[in-house]
Amino acid sequence: MRLQARRLVMLLTGLTTSPALWAEWAFNMPEGVTDLSRSIYDLHMTIFWITVVIGVLVFGVMFWSVIFHRKSRGAKASEFHESTLVEILWTSIPFAILVVMAIPATKTLIEVYDADNADIDIKVTGYQWKWQYEYLGEDVSFFSNLSTPRDEISNARPKNPNYLLEVDEPLVVPIGKKIRFLVTGADVIHSWWVPELAVKKDAIPGFINESWAKINKPGIYRGQCAELCGKDHGFMPVVVDARTQEDYESWLQEKREEAAKIRELTQKDWTMSELMAKGEEVYNKVCVACHQLNGQGLPPMFPALKGAEMAVKREMIDDHINIVLYGKKGTAMQAFKDQLSEVDIAAVVTYERNAWGNNTGEMITPKDILDYKKDGKYTGRHSQENAKEAK
Amino acid sequence: MSDHHHGPEKGLMRWVLTTNHKDIGSMYMWFSFAMFLLGGSMAMVIRAELFQPGLQIVEPNFFNQMTTMHGLIMVFGAVMPAFVGLANWMIPMMIGAPDMALPRMNNWSFWILPFAFALMVSTLFMEGGGPNFGWTFYAPLSTDYAPPSTTFFIFAVHMMGVSSIMGAINVIATILNLRAPGMTLMKMPLFVWTWLITAYLLIAVMPVLAGAVTMMLMDIHFGTAFFNAGGGGDPVLFQHVFWFFGHPEVYIMILPAFGIVSAIIPAFSRKPLFGYTSMVYAVASIAFLSFIVWAHHMFTVGIPLVGEIFFMYATMLIAVPTGVKVFNWIATMFRGSLSFETPMLFSVAFVVLFTIGGFSGLMLSIAPADFQYHDTYFVVAHFHYVLVPGAIFAIFAGTYYWLPKWTGHMYDTALSKVHFWMSFIGMNLTFFPMHFVGLAGMPRRIPDYNMQFADFNMISSIGGFMFGVTQLLFLFIVIKCVRGGEKAEAKPWEGAHGLEWMVPSPAPYHTFTTPPDVK
Amino acid sequence: MQLDPAQKTILKATATAVGMFAFVFVVMVPLYNVLCKVTGLNGKTDPNPYKAVPAAVDTSRTITVQFLATNNKGMHWDFKPSTHKVEVHPGEIGSLTFYVRNPSGKDMVGQAIPSVSPFEATDYLHKTECFCFTSQPLLAHEEKYMPLKIIVDQDLPKHIKKLTLSYTLFDITDMNKKRTAGLQ
Repeated sequence: MRLQARRLVMLLTGLTTSPALWAEWAFNMPEGVTDLSRSIYDLHMTIFWITVVIGVLVFGVMFWSVIFHRKSRGAKASEFHESTLVEILWTSIPFAILVVMAIPATKTLIEVYDADNADIDIKVTGYQWKWQYEYLGEDVSFFSNLSTPRDEISNARPKNPNYLLEVDEPLVVPIGKKIRFLVTGADVIHSWWVPELAVKKDAIPGFINESWAKINKPGIYRGQCAELCGKDHGFMPVVVDARTQEDYESWLQEKREEAAKIRELTQKDWTMSELMAKGEEVYNKVCVACHQLNGQGLPPMFPALKGAEMAVKREMIDDHINIVLYGKKGTAMQAFKDQLSEVDIAAVVTYERNAWGNNTGEMITPKDILDYKKDGKYTGRHSQENAKEAK
Repeated sequence: MSDHHHGPEKGLMRWVLTTNHKDIGSMYMWFSFAMFLLGGSMAMVIRAELFQPGLQIVEPNFFNQMTTMHGLIMVFGAVMPAFVGLANWMIPMMIGAPDMALPRMNNWSFWILPFAFALMVSTLFMEGGGPNFGWTFYAPLSTDYAPPSTTFFIFAVHMMGVSSIMGAINVIATILNLRAPGMTLMKMPLFVWTWLITAYLLIAVMPVLAGAVTMMLMDIHFGTAFFNAGGGGDPVLFQHVFWFFGHPEVYIMILPAFGIVSAIIPAFSRKPLFGYTSMVYAVASIAFLSFIVWAHHMFTVGIPLVGEIFFMYATMLIAVPTGVKVFNWIATMFRGSLSFETPMLFSVAFVVLFTIGGFSGLMLSIAPADFQYHDTYFVVAHFHYVLVPGAIFAIFAGTYYWLPKWTGHMYDTALSKVHFWMSFIGMNLTFFPMHFVGLAGMPRRIPDYNMQFADFNMISSIGGFMFGVTQLLFLFIVIKCVRGGEKAEAKPWEGAHGLEWMVPSPAPYHTFTTPPDVK
Repeated sequence: MQLDPAQKTILKATATAVGMFAFVFVVMVPLYNVLCKVTGLNGKTDPNPYKAVPAAVDTSRTITVQFLATNNKGMHWDFKPSTHKVEVHPGEIGSLTFYVRNPSGKDMVGQAIPSVSPFEATDYLHKTECFCFTSQPLLAHEEKYMPLKIIVDQDLPKHIKKLTLSYTLFDITDMNKKRTAGLQ
């Protein structure tokens, strides 16, 4: 409450006294970091100033009448109510102005549509509620989730400057290269938007759209999903990290090594506490939005996991793994097999079976998940081996 | 009244069974105001949640239900019925007709509405919640991914559609057949003209909306795949069908407003309307253009370049007839003898603020720039600038203009001016900052946002609360006026013209049972 | 039957309303499909096999065709192309396979939906053989290699050097059931 009052006071004083404050507020379209975003910005400002000039002229005449042609000032009404000449003039002059506007607009539009000769192709897939990026021909692909902690959203902690505009893994791209984005959706329609790149393209399930950008300046550029896509539409930001060509290449190399490391981790023998820690991390990243921090969900749309049959009954381990891997049709529960590694899945299932008083003591290892993927059945083979070693 | 047996029935049944255009008009107006307050309270929930960053009041899913319901209720429950109410009250009196052409159907078209909206609002209390996919209900969010209550929502939309179509047929039949002798088409008041064109738009596009929701229904329940790519359909088809309805629909919400303002500005400028004929042609061309610009709502879905260019040019063209109308209103005021009673205040504000909405509309028509504006608060600012000071202010203006005729009393002019100024300031405070946050990158329909948008959102919320509370004052003014007040003359405004001012105030239950002579 | 002018007006207006409702189904939907075909809107390709006409291979240029595979929500089959791109001369046949596997314990039916980018190239990418022409039933745990043969048309506009052919795989098991239930 106090914070609110302080902001309100700042706001009011800011409005009346300090023009400097205005400078800190973003209140216009960003010029952006591509040639195209610059042309669009120029176009926007041109049209804006044209409308301002027309507005001043039109409202000028109007307020002239309002002030000087008042009855209270003794103005007598004229009787004129027609003039073909005037009508023709104020039909044709606006038309001419429109033609003047249409020329640069069409030119810019044609440029926007020219995605030929791209150096890099990146597939962007919209999911409820995250983005997936796939570097075509590079064997690099990952999901990008909101990374703002839930505590900040629920106001339990102060918000960081990139609140709601931060992700766990940004899209990393090189500067000076023509990047073609192939945009599609996997459930409902989303829209991939980065204001600084002037790219906004709808992600439509079943179909593919293209757009492109050639970034001039390294930096981190933030955007958001721009098409209502359900509950967490406001919580699926886009972050683009533009780097120099060398930095981009070394990042690619790192990504490849990381993938190798994950394969290694799958084979490693995990302990219960390791899995629990990893599981909590994964849960708080991907599950918490629907099933909530306390595992109680938001029934009936998002069921509770705490005390849920599937998460406590031993004979339902199969169903538990299945639903995490493949989702549940007709509900908001999606498949995580592509988004999460075997390690992540094993960890999060273990976590869900042991957190919030679900203490089943059961441990599911990455190797179990591998087996499950192959045979469609949980054997518990690897978990028992682990348990033996622990004794 | 001397002819007592021609007066209204007593009690509740008067309203249930009435076929009198004035009774039905009043019911439409009251219904519309009730919906305005309901939709408005949902806007208050939205503004309260957006007062500052973070989730404070509602869950995101409920927030989406609020934005959806706010839009649907304001469009179909507040603005459209208000214009139908005004049409019912005024069109017969303006053209010298005894009543609407189809009085019994008139009763039906009204009484469907309360049930349609009761059904629609009840979805909020159903399992899984009400519609949460925005008032534009894009598939597949509104089909495969929708809450179970969607079926009831579809049924409610069908009912509203039937009601609107019946109302429109009635208006057309009345205007084309019941005009007093001598009332040629080109002598009709502009309000009648705009409504005639609106009615044609309604019968042309409400069935398209009905078609769209029927396809949704079939996709949800009968395994068709109109909007599902997996079955050979296309979700983008939904957007084309919806906006083929949707763009004429937004003109349905503004054309009658043009008519109202075209009656009020000459009255308080004490000067005939400038360019009557060009006004009629401008309205007709706007109506025509509304059918060939729909895809400008979809510039980012991936339309081939030629299509994009065509829709951009067609959309820009709308500025021409719209400009003509604005110029005509200003030319009417120019060298008039102006006074600023409340209807005139609302009308002048209409011209200025609607034009600002028109300017942002022109900016939005520029396709490449639209890639940056699309689905941001800039769009929200734009359509609220054309709908709040456009449709809503015109309805206020019309109400203040004709209220003495309806009730036989003058209203509290001082209070009504307070209502105007509070609405004017509140409205601008709410919607002007939205241009800024939109340009700076805030998408629409989000329940939470980054701090860079915080200050403007707080201003918007404060303005929103101010605008909202002010409307209770309007309710008070109207009730006070209905209950009593200074007696109104037959023609309370010295500069007013038209047949409606020839009958006493309040207008008798039956007017023009014998047609007047129109010179 | 004699109609007075008011009745005529009402009749006409009602007929317009009814006509517009029909218009959505009998004109807008088919017209949209025709427009998609003509303009390549959404990159929707011909749903029938292309009959190859013998024509000279244009060796003067090489076109890169990229392949994408996306699983729509609720469809958890493994689904990927054997290669992410092929390079062909216009007129020449390019062939590859897509691998699918149904990891679930249930029999399912899938449908792949093709889409080409840029839209302008849609009409120039022909498929003589494609798994997308029909729906694909897979038994529980069944796997399959599905062939795809493409030809890039010699008339492909010169400025296009790279095409993307994307497939989204949908689970249509339930939709089929609903449809059959609806027909009975």
